[in-house]
Amino acid sequence: MTTNEFVFGVLPYVAAGLAVFVTFFRWKLHPFSVSSLSSQLLESRKLYWGSIPFHWGLSSILTFHLFALALPQTVRWWDGVPVRLYLLEITGLALALWAAVGIGLLIWRRLSTGRIRAVTQTMDLVVLGIVGVQILTGIWIAVGYRWGSFWGTSVMVPYVRSLFSFHPQPEFIAPLPFALQAHVFGFIAFLAVFPFTRLVHIITLPLGYSYRPWQRVVRLRRDPAVYDESLKELQNRV
Amino acid sequence: MKVRAQMSMLFHLDKCIGCHTCSVACKNLWTDRKGAEYMWWNNVETRPGTGYPTGWEDQEHYKGGWRRDEKGRIKLKLHSKAGGLGKLFYNPSLPELDDYYDPFTFKYGDLFDAPQGDQQPTAIPISKITGEPMKIESGPNWDDDLGGSDTYAKNDVSMEGVDAAVRAQMEELERVVFNYLPRICNHCLNPACVGACPSGAIYKRGEDGVVLVNEDKCRGWRMCVAACPYKKVYYNWSTGKSEKCILCFPRMETGQAPACAHSCVGRIRYMGVLLYDADKISDMVSKPDDELLDAHLGMILDPHDPDVVKAAAASGIDDGWIDAARNSPVYKFVKEWGMALPLHSEYRTGAMMFYIPPMSPVVSTIESNLVKLDLPEERKDFELLDQLDKARLPIKYLANLFSIGDEEPIRRILRTMLSIRTYKRRQSLDGTELDAETIEMLAQVGLSVNDAEDIYKLTTLPTIEDRFVFPPYHREMSIEEINDPLAHKGETGLGYIQAAHRGP
Repeated sequence: MTTNEFVFGVLPYVAAGLAVFVTFFRWKLHPFSVSSLSSQLLESRKLYWGSIPFHWGLSSILTFHLFALALPQTVRWWDGVPVRLYLLEITGLALALWAAVGIGLLIWRRLSTGRIRAVTQTMDLVVLGIVGVQILTGIWIAVGYRWGSFWGTSVMVPYVRSLFSFHPQPEFIAPLPFALQAHVFGFIAFLAVFPFTRLVHIITLPLGYSYRPWQRVVRLRRDPAVYDESLKELQNRV
Repeated sequence: MKVRAQMSMLFHLDKCIGCHTCSVACKNLWTDRKGAEYMWWNNVETRPGTGYPTGWEDQEHYKGGWRRDEKGRIKLKLHSKAGGLGKLFYNPSLPELDDYYDPFTFKYGDLFDAPQGDQQPTAIPISKITGEPMKIESGPNWDDDLGGSDTYAKNDVSMEGVDAAVRAQMEELERVVFNYLPRICNHCLNPACVGACPSGAIYKRGEDGVVLVNEDKCRGWRMCVAACPYKKVYYNWSTGKSEKCILCFPRMETGQAPACAHSCVGRIRYMGVLLYDADKISDMVSKPDDELLDAHLGMILDPHDPDVVKAAAASGIDDGWIDAARNSPVYKFVKEWGMALPLHSEYRTGAMMFYIPPMSPVVSTIESNLVKLDLPEERKDFELLDQLDKARLPIKYLANLFSIGDEEPIRRILRTMLSIRTYKRRQSLDGTELDAETIEMLAQVGLSVNDAEDIYKLTTLPTIEDRFVFPPYHREMSIEEINDPLAHKGETGLGYIQAAHRGP
């Protein structure tokens, strides 16, 4: 097995396996540990300038990636007119730069603020490092290897789809320049650390809030019939 | 009618001496942990003052509670549902640690380890978050007893609408006045924290109305902290979860009063069951301001009414709870005698802790260095009843705290208290026979002599059983649905299942 086959043909499955199973067991066995670990209470001014660009920038870019993966034909059609291609690429680059500024501020905040340093764990820095490098390689690709939204549909999309169909074709990645390989590897690393860090808060995005009723009242003893039943059962056992 | 039961606490402010024993009892029991140092689930504030966290009543700033729109519907002041999701990454209305204080301790080890020197060694203050030396700039009760102060009393939001001349008077040294306001979570009927929680981790317990945070479901979006108008949900910076007053439910379930109430030196706290109609909640909280207080108090049902008893039984409330509701001292003070009011009803959360407003000394004049009441000598006791505006604590101020700015309920309650005081003084100090004038005075506030005696007894001579009337919780039975109580015997308690790692 070549390095290429190992890194881009095997590791993705290892990382995804970790992400799915460890997250599941953490969710079930240690729900108390799942939190966004917000530090707004301790410092809020720098957080404002860092967190909003970082989160909004990154999540919109991620959505674009997923969209291209799901509907590559649509993206190709859109890119068919040069003006639309430029518009898409410029928007993507702007969002990436916005996110880069955000994560830069967040890293600086984490290292320079005493209160934030006190609540920083090694894994928080690992996460910031991985995501930061990922944003930088993304910008590098956008600037250095133009029109990724176009060629990506014929290089990256087939590769990712090959992974999903369990017939990995790492040969798609082998001839690509370093920046692209680093970007793909960065996401594999992201998936691998995901369940062990605060990143799990991504899947706790509380969309259910938009349709749940405002108030929640919980009664332990719901049904008198069930209650009587369980009382009898208990008495029998005693 | 959907009857629900609520464990409610009543604070007799006229008896509070501001000793903070309640706060310390609570702190020792629940919040003496990493990440919780700055939390005061129970705190006692000096009023007028800005309270804790600083300026918590300023809802223009903190956006706590609910607001009523033009169409009479209520909405969270903090956010719409979509707006709330949009503000997950940063919430501008959230208090910062410095609105509370940086929790500190002292480097006591230095007192022992310092090398020999010319000066006495000192223990320098260090932050409990960073462990670094710090300058202490504020703390819990930083404004304790600072009545009339420029920084605190002057900036009290509830002083709004108090006559400028009265405010100027209050700043004069000999007229300085303050009272204490102990506060815990109000365990509201329409809690804003529950409404704001994106994860749905906060809920109101159906059995006794205690509002709790499910720590396993909380994801640290901290909207509850901003949404609670009383600022009684706190964010634990170490665990990344929200925490709040739990009304000592493990104690109540075993028939003991909550730690704050049990330890109260002035015995100002009473606890008991209130029954209310859950179907009326949304109607009540959407009432316009001038009808809100009456609707709020009108939620509470009469446990002696056979219809209520029938409906309560149909709603699954057992006889023990209905009996407890009948003997509830809170019910007596709030409903039978109409002496207690909720704090800031205008937040529309349906607060379920009640307060008897404090009496205050009458403004006096100084003549040739002698303090003299500014009242005619004859019939002084009776005169006071009509001189409530001469009380040093402005009626308007108390009205802003307890009756949405309406002075009438406050006047009525103060007159009730003064009448009983006058009646008892004439009886025990002056040795006067019960005369027509006294009976007439009591009748004017709607009291019979028997009522006056009952109020007097429950106010000044209550035993622990009079003050705390707990229903049988039968917890062991109610958990059977999900757990075998015998298998789990001896396992209850509070602590972290998994230790938090953040922080020093």
